[in-house]
Amino acid sequence: MKKVYSVFKPLRHLKYLLKKPITKDFKDIFDNPREVADNYRGFHVNDWEECIGCSTCGEICPTEAITMVERSELEDKDGSLQLRPTIDYGRCCFCALCVDVCTTSSLKMSKEYLYNDPDPDSFYFMPTDTFNGKEVKLGYEKDESSDLLDLERVSMEHLSPDERKGSFLEIIKGYSKEQAIHEASRCVECGICTNACPAHMNIPEYITAIWENNFEEALTEIYKTNPLPAVCGRICTHNCETACALTQRGDAVAIRWLKRYIVDNAPKDIYDSVILEQVSKEVNGKVAIIGAGPSGLAAAYYLRTIGYNVEIFEQMPLAGGVMRYGIPKYRLPDEAIDQDISFIEKIGVKINLNTKVTDTMLADFNKNYDAVFTGSGFFAGRKIPMPGHDHKDCIAAMDFLPLGRDYGRGTVKELDVHENVVIIGGGNVAFDVARTVVRYQNEKFGKSNVMMAALESEDALPADLEEVVEGREEGVKYHFGMGPQEIVIKNNKIKGLKVKKVISIFDTEGNFNPSFEENSEQLLEATQVFMAIGQSPDYSYLSDENQNKMNINRGKIEVKENGQVKGIDWLFAGGDIVKGPDVISGVANGHNAAIGIDEYLSKKNK
Amino acid sequence: MREIKLFLGPQHPGMHGNTSVHMYVEGDIIKKSYLLPGMLHRGFEKGMEQRTWINNIALIPRICVVEPDINEMVFAMGVETLAGIEVPERAHYIRMIILELARISIHLMAYGGIGGPTGHYTLMYHAQADRNRILEIFEKITGHRIYHQYIVPGGVRKDLPVGIEDEINEFLDDLASRYLEIRDLGIENPTIRKRLVDHILLPSEVVWELGVTGVGMRSATNKPYDLRKVLPYARYDQIDFEVPMADYSDAECRVDLKLQEVVQCIGIIKQCLAKMPEGPVRAKMDGNALKFRVPKGQVYAAVESSRGEFGYYIVSDGGTKPYRVAVRGASFPQGLLGVEKYLPGTRLDDAALWFDTMGVCSPEIDR
Repeated sequence: MKKVYSVFKPLRHLKYLLKKPITKDFKDIFDNPREVADNYRGFHVNDWEECIGCSTCGEICPTEAITMVERSELEDKDGSLQLRPTIDYGRCCFCALCVDVCTTSSLKMSKEYLYNDPDPDSFYFMPTDTFNGKEVKLGYEKDESSDLLDLERVSMEHLSPDERKGSFLEIIKGYSKEQAIHEASRCVECGICTNACPAHMNIPEYITAIWENNFEEALTEIYKTNPLPAVCGRICTHNCETACALTQRGDAVAIRWLKRYIVDNAPKDIYDSVILEQVSKEVNGKVAIIGAGPSGLAAAYYLRTIGYNVEIFEQMPLAGGVMRYGIPKYRLPDEAIDQDISFIEKIGVKINLNTKVTDTMLADFNKNYDAVFTGSGFFAGRKIPMPGHDHKDCIAAMDFLPLGRDYGRGTVKELDVHENVVIIGGGNVAFDVARTVVRYQNEKFGKSNVMMAALESEDALPADLEEVVEGREEGVKYHFGMGPQEIVIKNNKIKGLKVKKVISIFDTEGNFNPSFEENSEQLLEATQVFMAIGQSPDYSYLSDENQNKMNINRGKIEVKENGQVKGIDWLFAGGDIVKGPDVISGVANGHNAAIGIDEYLSKKNK
Repeated sequence: MREIKLFLGPQHPGMHGNTSVHMYVEGDIIKKSYLLPGMLHRGFEKGMEQRTWINNIALIPRICVVEPDINEMVFAMGVETLAGIEVPERAHYIRMIILELARISIHLMAYGGIGGPTGHYTLMYHAQADRNRILEIFEKITGHRIYHQYIVPGGVRKDLPVGIEDEINEFLDDLASRYLEIRDLGIENPTIRKRLVDHILLPSEVVWELGVTGVGMRSATNKPYDLRKVLPYARYDQIDFEVPMADYSDAECRVDLKLQEVVQCIGIIKQCLAKMPEGPVRAKMDGNALKFRVPKGQVYAAVESSRGEFGYYIVSDGGTKPYRVAVRGASFPQGLLGVEKYLPGTRLDDAALWFDTMGVCSPEIDR
């Protein structure tokens, strides 16, 4: 049957004439705008307190609407840049990818969608936490699923505590290619790390090179600022990771381990070509370097790449300084140091081992060389002058660690380590001693008893967190927040260390002046005490005349910005004797001094 | 009689998008016509090669303004296939809800679109009012009304907001209750029927010749060729629905099929809301989005859009950007070739209706 269509049927829609209109009056658009959804992607708001200026928002912007503008009034500190995003709303498409990728979550979107101005330039502005000077309701914010960052670090394979506490094997095993590329793909290339690194390494560049699987590029970038990557890839204090933008909400990129991945895995021919390529034609100039530690080696490497004849004088039988004789083998195996040093030697740096520089030799250097760099380091141990510190079983860390290191490499067969030991100190060196002793005790006695006492409480220790964690796993017993008072000696034998609970370390004026709780005395029973409370320099090679010319302040030599010792033109210095206290600072000093020496000699030879 | 050259679009209320039709008419009969694309100045396919995979999320919805979600869906499907990403179950259902809401919205828009050329503007306003309610739902879910940028490789960008299920259900019930009323105003209105019935025919030979898919094909050939059935994506294989079809394709038949599809869409969304499991909505990907790389390979991903088979052919060289993306616009055959071959012979006042009922979306041609 054919359907009949009536012209009257559509008229039923006339009923809508009596209903309220759903459209909005034009004049209401500005005066009384529609309330938008909670998730609305309107104009941006940016909390400047939280924002770190990493420019990741600008990187991802599909319309290139975001540019970073320098704001010098912002505080210049590690972990943030003096930049804030500016958005061109003539380009912005309100996709909110910038919000999703923001490292801090400071960038959000508001419910504001109306803005009207005859001036086109006014559509280009920096979002703050208000919009047009008024408080706004928040719209789109990122959540867990819209987050475009990978906040979880690729886990690194470690030796288990049981495996490592009885041996000096290296703990960290290193990334595989897949792991390294995955870890590198977490980096947002903001460069905040570069600012935080003492040597200002080109970190984003070499991480990107890893991600692109380009060893040559990665090595080139690394060697521009650091000739000790195999060492730094293992034991660097990684200020970069502390500053990393990802730490705002997650784990930092494992920058140190990525560096290690490159040097461990780069094919030898690429390595050779990269390193030899950087050496310039020889120039007329000879430089003597005292100490083959991080700063000396770095200075030598960069002077040599500029073309100078460089000779290093090292008192120990092996080059490396504190890397070779201070840091234990389980953290930094000899092979890694050898690798770095072999490349430095390969480009023509001569290292004279077993040569202790004396004041007369230094005078000769002044005659026979155009400039001298000293990085003699803090190699002597220090002790707290407390009762009992002069007992033979109270040993300073730097007197023990070189022997421990020699034991690890097999040149020393026996160490003077007792069954019950207490260590004073809470820095990385104290942990080096403690964990070396644990290993030795386990090898020798099948069990360990090591205690540590330090003024600082556990959360304020100067040591790295991983040292604290791993030390505990290996069985070191902590007595932190306990101030050592006296080494108790009976019958010429150490009975233990007397400690008291610390109330505060500094007085109200901020000076070091620890105060202790009364009646909190405790005896940590041990027959041997190690003191790891800092190291000191040995300036015996500087004659009195020289020492009088220069300023030595609390053991550190004062230098000009280019590394030149104040008072002696031909002498440059770096490393622990200038700044310290880590390898990367030494490398930075060495590199800086190399540039300084080059400038000094260029001027002199003119 | 003298032959006159006339332009339909790009500035014309009856034109669908930024494109122009050049027509030579004698009296009111179109004698010759051809499409002049290139008014959009976008170069989507080339533009996609210059943007990272993740940045393309902001670009691709623009390839079809009224139904942007299909672009997001095919792009996401292609990338997921190449990169081997497993989409969470809940995301599949959310995607279907979005796609079907979009389908209702574009069918309503097309239905309202016949109001203009036939002089029944009430129809257009009422259809737009209902579409507006869908846009409001989209705004709540995605944060935007038109360019949602919501379906992304790995799932969807965010979970549904709390309480949106009730709102969708309420809207669907309301729409269903007014279904007959909406039909009365347009397709069952005798004055409009006079313009639709037996006009703008699409014979099955033309379908095969041009490669027309979607409503056009189903209305002409009586074949249930619908990708949701023949090559199910998301979780369409777990949903019951019918594919409306017919064997005589005039303008009325195609409009009718679209309205019947709206009914099916309502059923699909209701089933999705009922079946949707709890859980994550986006697969976690390694590395940050700036460094997201898609493994080397090529893939063709296609979905059933409101106008037919809509697909992307994506080639990746393993980098952070697509090496090449080609868009198979659903309305490309009828929009470009059909205009030249089959628009002539119709009357001038049918031209706008021709575009509306054939379902032409010009950026798909001009991409």
